[in-house]
Amino acid sequence: MSLDYLLDAAHWSGPDGFPHQILEHLRYTGLALLIAMVIALPLGVLIGHTGRGAGLAINLGNAGRALPTLGVLMLILAVTGVGLKPVIGALVVLAIPPLLTATYAGVSSVDRGVVDAARGVGLREPQIALGVEVPLALPVILGGVRSATLQVISTATIAAYVAQDGLGRYLFDGLAVRDYPRIVAGAVVLAVLAVVVDALLALLQRVVVSPGVRPRAGSRRRTALPQPER
Amino acid sequence: MVIRFESTTKQYPDGTVAVDALDLTVPSGAITVFVGPSGCGKTTSLRMINRMIDPTSGRVLIDDVDVASERPARLRRRIGYVIQHAGLFPHRTVVDNVATVPVLSGTPRKEARTRAYELLERVGLTAAMGDRYPAQLSGGQQQRVGVARALAADPPVLLMDEPFSAVDPVVRHDLQAELLRLQGELGKTIVLVTHDIDEAIVLGDHVAVFAEGGRLAQFAPPEELLASPADAFVAGFVGRDRGYRGLSFATAADLPVEPVTAEGTVVEGLALVLDDGRPTGWRDPDGRLLPTEGTHTADDSLRVVADLALLSPAGAAIRVDAAGRAVGLVRQTTVADVVRQRQRSRLAVGAVGGSAG
Ligand SMILES: Nc1ncnc2c1ncn2[C@@H]1O[C@H](COP(=O)(O)OP(=O)(O)OP(=O)(O)O)[C@@H](O)[C@H]1O
Ligand SMILES: [Mg+2]
Repeated sequence: MSLDYLLDAAHWSGPDGFPHQILEHLRYTGLALLIAMVIALPLGVLIGHTGRGAGLAINLGNAGRALPTLGVLMLILAVTGVGLKPVIGALVVLAIPPLLTATYAGVSSVDRGVVDAARGVGLREPQIALGVEVPLALPVILGGVRSATLQVISTATIAAYVAQDGLGRYLFDGLAVRDYPRIVAGAVVLAVLAVVVDALLALLQRVVVSPGVRPRAGSRRRTALPQPER
Repeated sequence: MVIRFESTTKQYPDGTVAVDALDLTVPSGAITVFVGPSGCGKTTSLRMINRMIDPTSGRVLIDDVDVASERPARLRRRIGYVIQHAGLFPHRTVVDNVATVPVLSGTPRKEARTRAYELLERVGLTAAMGDRYPAQLSGGQQQRVGVARALAADPPVLLMDEPFSAVDPVVRHDLQAELLRLQGELGKTIVLVTHDIDEAIVLGDHVAVFAEGGRLAQFAPPEELLASPADAFVAGFVGRDRGYRGLSFATAADLPVEPVTAEGTVVEGLALVLDDGRPTGWRDPDGRLLPTEGTHTADDSLRVVADLALLSPAGAAIRVDAAGRAVGLVRQTTVADVVRQRQRSRLAVGAVGGSAG
């Protein structure tokens, strides 16, 4: 076992190099996540706010957890033929359940007293959903985004199975010619990528979540924040 | 703004009749308290005013306009709303919580914030607290913010659902005093829900006592509630000591006062000791100085005077002027006479029969 492949400068440039493949990998991942979020986030907010369709969200979440990724991909390939679109499609199908479940759960668990007060002072329903429920549910929603992202990043490896791009390339090519250092290199880069992306999302979470709701543990009142010194 | 319930009924889908044909006129510019045991429909009645709940039959009118004819969100922005745990938005700073309704109604954010800081001081907080998040305030402070938020758009009507029930008795007393002070300045039409009859008596200009099943048992000023409860339910709900508590509503100003003389005042063998006119105690025949146990002014209530007369070692409450100088005495027997006369004339008004002609 060696890291020769990973450390060889030649593999860090050109159309076959790591930087290019990392970008490709991120492109699929990003695209799939974007599509999944456009579908799942509004739906989750709607279900969480109205309470209607909660069964759908829960069942879809459970079904999603049980779904075999490779099976979904093969199914889509069988229906649509080989190409990048089916891969993206499979990733989207994979990402929707965790996003939907987290969004629904986050929004529906917002303190009903706060929602009642929001309605009582004259906020309209969309203002309650977007201005109160979403900001308060943000830690939970972003938790869903993070787990969906990790799942999609690792699963996007299979993109290389049908298209020649992405970090999966090193795994499939390496397997084909029994070049183990190449496989190791692909796996390590993938793992580091996942950790870095997750850290970036954690950072984003710190920036976008209001300090008033940041600590989720324990009770909402009083204990949540230290008193500032004045 | 007069709020009128016209045979307003609310039956929930499960069949519970929470409010049963309520007829009630909430007077303008005063505090009206809805009081009653748990589950008697106080909250339901209150929430039918700002359309958080719609009646199944009957109407609610504000200044003769049926609230059902208004868009709920617009209606609510003109009606302040305060609930038990304040219901502040945890993700917004205190000042932004207070500025919520004005911003919704189109006031520029900067202007709304400036006014919100002023309001915080008005309800007894500091402007610096405006930059905190609600979780960084105590329960009592959060409740004050809740009141400030309700007042921010200067609504003519204020609805308060058990606003002070989640805080300890000392804080509750402060908040009640603060509300009365604010109302003295603002003169809003306030409807306040509580299950605490003492709170109702302290705060209410008028009190509506609800009984089980959403029935209105009595609607009267608190003094009348104590003096002449409409039925056994109200009498039971008002509770013990209502004779004594009723003295809170009578002023001490009308009491006959015995003058304090310069040569020395002796009551029941005790001599009143004055220092530059201010009472310092009662001297007993053995030369010991006993405490006065307090003084009162003409602005105090009959209850304060009665209490002082009971506490005083001489059995006399000491009246002082604004400077704290003793001006007279009110003995227990005098208080008892006045109370007896009061009650006799009050009960004679409502009594039936007697010698006609
Ligand atoms: N959404 C609802 N569905 C069915 N029944 C309800 C609903 N809300 C209230 N009720 C019932 O209506 C009755 C009146 O309730 P309401 O909340 O108005 O009482 P309340 O006087 O405010 O009581 P409390 O002092 O406990 O707050 C109760 O019997 C209650 O169980
Ligand atoms: Mg209630």
